[in-house]
Amino acid sequence: MRTLEQTTKEILDLASKHFNVPAGSLSADDDFFKKLGIDSLQTLEMLSRLENHFGIELPDYEVQGVSDFKTLASRIQSRL
Amino acid sequence: MLDLAKYQSIGAALKDALDQFAGEVCLIESDREREKERITYRDFKVRALALTKALQDTGFKVGYRASIIMTNQSKWLISAYAVLYCGGTLVPLDYKLTPHEQWLLLKHSSADVLFTEYPIWRQLSASPGRSAATALRTILVTEAPPNADLNGAQRWESFRGQGEPVFVPRKRSDIASIVYSSGTGGRPKGCMMTHENYLEQCAPFPALYPLWPGATYLSILPTNHAIDFMLGFFYPFVSGATVVHLRTLRPEYVREAFPKYKVTYVTLVPLVLKNLQKGLQARFDALPKGKRKLFNALVKVNKRVTRAGPRLGLSRFLLKQVHQAFGGELRAIIVGGAFSEPQVLQFFYDLGISVANAYGLTEGCMGITVNDLKPFRADTVGKPLPGIEVRIANPDPDGIGEVAIRSKTVMSGYLNDPELTAETIVDGWLMTGDLGKLDPAGHLQLFGRKKNMIVTEEGKNIYPEDIETVFESLPVKEFSVFAANYIWPQRSMLGEQLVLVIHLEPGQSYTEDLRRDISARNNRLLNYKRIHGVVLWEEDFPRTASLKIKRNDLAERLAKLDRASAILPL
Repeated sequence: MRTLEQTTKEILDLASKHFNVPAGSLSADDDFFKKLGIDSLQTLEMLSRLENHFGIELPDYEVQGVSDFKTLASRIQSRL
Repeated sequence: MLDLAKYQSIGAALKDALDQFAGEVCLIESDREREKERITYRDFKVRALALTKALQDTGFKVGYRASIIMTNQSKWLISAYAVLYCGGTLVPLDYKLTPHEQWLLLKHSSADVLFTEYPIWRQLSASPGRSAATALRTILVTEAPPNADLNGAQRWESFRGQGEPVFVPRKRSDIASIVYSSGTGGRPKGCMMTHENYLEQCAPFPALYPLWPGATYLSILPTNHAIDFMLGFFYPFVSGATVVHLRTLRPEYVREAFPKYKVTYVTLVPLVLKNLQKGLQARFDALPKGKRKLFNALVKVNKRVTRAGPRLGLSRFLLKQVHQAFGGELRAIIVGGAFSEPQVLQFFYDLGISVANAYGLTEGCMGITVNDLKPFRADTVGKPLPGIEVRIANPDPDGIGEVAIRSKTVMSGYLNDPELTAETIVDGWLMTGDLGKLDPAGHLQLFGRKKNMIVTEEGKNIYPEDIETVFESLPVKEFSVFAANYIWPQRSMLGEQLVLVIHLEPGQSYTEDLRRDISARNNRLLNYKRIHGVVLWEEDFPRTASLKIKRNDLAERLAKLDRASAILPL
């Protein structure tokens, strides 16, 4: 099973690839709305990609109010 | 649709609707690709009455208030029906607010009962604030796992009474609901809506956008919002139509819902409509050259034949594939909650998909004007709905002034705030705070806001006072948040953003540390509430005798700055 660190790294890698930002420019504490310059709909798209990658279902309420990668990673980790 | 003129309350109309349309499908609930449930009006009645009886057995009656904090689902509507059946008042709250904000509004509304869902309750019960909501006696939580700690709440599913509840009639002038238009931080604005407000608001819809048994409304906007409460609950119910709820609002599942449920109408906020346009445009651009040429030619023909008004059958024939992607039954997309860019509306109309661009506000129940499509115009928000008078107060030489409305749909006032009510409803006219102009054809055009607030593309109203608390104790002499368009009027509904105006201490400078502090505080706000930049101001803020900032005076002084160079990005 993945560790939280691995999960976080995979999320950052996926986000950088999906939104075309240089790999390594994102960190766990970053606010993804701000860092990626995305709106709430684009965030939902990102979540769908993450669900496919991790093979989980993440209900909308789980990510309600979440705006940083670290919290997102812990929510995903709890469902792995 | 039922003849609403016959009814005194929305509860009475809904009660009759459940009997009249008993065999029709009332609600469909979908979770991703799975359809979870499909219930008829008869099923709805059975479930609602058992809940109503249990509610009545607790002593819930006229004068009592019940709040609902849930995502869109059948249990939202069943709970609301039970409250109205008992003669109670609904307090629908936004499930996207923070627990702190939700407790504030539960306290302000003096709600006696709370209907919520387990994930929301988990956060609410862990957040301080409950002790302040002293009126709250009964908490009903849906879909709680079997061994969950409910923290004093009861399970919605097992809250069932035996026997028939008693229907409690209400008068048209009685309060049906308290809907918060804003005010989670400073001054809560709880709009008290009467039964008459809803009955009168709904009356003209069938002539413009008819619904019937078998027609389907896709409910995406949160049901606590005035638009979905009307279009995703009351109007379809009194018409015997079907409402579809989706458990996830990921764009791919929303897209799939159109053909799957043969959606007749949907309401979208501008952000979602724009996203839909982007997706479609990308698909059109990806067509092979020959096909694209043919497609563009068909769009051109469609544009020509729909110039005077929609011709749905013809458009569906000409642009079959586009319409099939939307299920082939879509009559119109209703756009509301915020300002839409004309080119986005035109894009859809050119494809033969009518976009009902509308203007309204919670204080006016929901809709004030709507495009009647005779002909379609992307540059206005349409004409006043029948029964609604619109006038332009204090127009300037160009005819632009504050939009004021008078109608039976206007709220009776703000809860516990007679002063604000008197400022907002003047001589029977609701002063909207929006700037507009009526053109010779009677269409309303909007040109910005007179009030210090913004509306996001997601339809969220943000008042600067509501977010200032996050900047409290900021190490500066004084600060205030403003809507940039309030300081620098734009004559446009676009480019709305909030700015933080700071006055530094003598000798203090705007350092990187200070910028970082502001940015960190800003990030604690939900993303759509965040400020866009900082404005430095070198004089003392004008204040009243009680030391409140005179915001309009300060805005007038700030207006002398050049907007582009004054706003320092964060």
